Amino acid sequence: MERIPVLRMGSLLLITIQVDMHDKLALQLQDDVTERISEWGSTGVLIDISSLEIVDSFIGRMLANIAGMSRVLGADTVVVGMQPAVAITLVELGMSLPGVRTALSVEAGMELLFGAIPGRQSGWGDEHPEA
Amino acid sequence: MNDVAEIITQNEGQIRSEWITDMANSVQRADLISKTELEEQCRGLLSVLVDGVRSSGPDDLTTSGWNTTRDLLQEISASRARQGFSSADVATFVLSLKRPLFSAARRELTNSQDKLLDAIWTITQLLDRLALITTETFMAVREELISRQQQELLELSTPVVKLWEGILALPIIGTLDSARTQVVMENLLQAVVATNSKFAIIDITGVPTVDTLVAQHLLKTITAARLMGAECIISGVRPQIAQTIVHLGINLEDVVTKAKLSDAFALALQRSGRKVVREASAPVSPISSLFAKREE
Repeated sequence: MERIPVLRMGSLLLITIQVDMHDKLALQLQDDVTERISEWGSTGVLIDISSLEIVDSFIGRMLANIAGMSRVLGADTVVVGMQPAVAITLVELGMSLPGVRTALSVEAGMELLFGAIPGRQSGWGDEHPEA
Repeated sequence: MNDVAEIITQNEGQIRSEWITDMANSVQRADLISKTELEEQCRGLLSVLVDGVRSSGPDDLTTSGWNTTRDLLQEISASRARQGFSSADVATFVLSLKRPLFSAARRELTNSQDKLLDAIWTITQLLDRLALITTETFMAVREELISRQQQELLELSTPVVKLWEGILALPIIGTLDSARTQVVMENLLQAVVATNSKFAIIDITGVPTVDTLVAQHLLKTITAARLMGAECIISGVRPQIAQTIVHLGINLEDVVTKAKLSDAFALALQRSGRKVVREASAPVSPISSLFAKREE
């Protein structure tokens, strides 16, 4: 079955949505993300939707749900790279995704997540407090 | 029925000269069109008028025999609308043909009063219908002009300017309605993507009034920008508008608002980790160096 890959980057999960989301795929992703967070103990989830061009209210709700579930499991969620058309559609649908953090690019999203992890304020790579 | 056509062909020259004199007396802006052009239009219209009456009769102008007349008339009134004639002047072009036609009919049909009355009635109806066509075309052309200008205004009046690396400004001039908000929103979001900007300052100094609808439109734009990962700051809130916002109970608590564009810009710089400092070795201005010399 078709499935959206959930990649592990240290303490983060990276999800890039490259295909058009349909409802089953969104539900599958929701299962995968929650499972991976508890399995790997991730502290941040980054969802890249820059290739996503069509959204409906269901997909919008799925994004909000994934963010809510991650928060319950102790991980911060950042949605990055939303297209202008998608943003307008979501606003017109009345879904402002409260509680979901957003960033313009994957890089900006990573910085946001690294900033949120205590002890790693400065971001990329060179400091590893645990190591 | 063909009486009318006969009358026109018999007296064509006289009718035309009387028509042009009548028109010159009643039209306000006779200077907008040259005499030869006017004569050309009159000659053309008279000849197609005769053709129309001959082929389809004067009663129904929607039939195919009147196609050329309608086309010519529409062309003339469209060109006049663009030349800047008033609607009254354009209607007068057709209506001032009435008197010359009446007098021609009186000359031709001296022996029969019934025929004369019939001819006059036919002419009146025909010219009234033709005048309606001209007025309609005139209005259509003007409306097209207005809607095109509206479109141009819409495109011109929503620029997105880049203030700094990662900071955009969107000065809004004029009232925000749904159509404009859509354009503003699209322009802003496209610019956010294109310039990879994290901050957008929406300046509403030029917005005359902010009611609940305008506020809702603004909030929509801000929410859409937030979804993409950009932060919006509203600036240019005038004291009066601040009062209206509070009186109307509009909730702008989740949005940063500033009184001046400069305040908003300073905030955006600060949030993006930048600071404006005066250079220590900056050249001293001529005036202060003058004072310094005097002190010595």
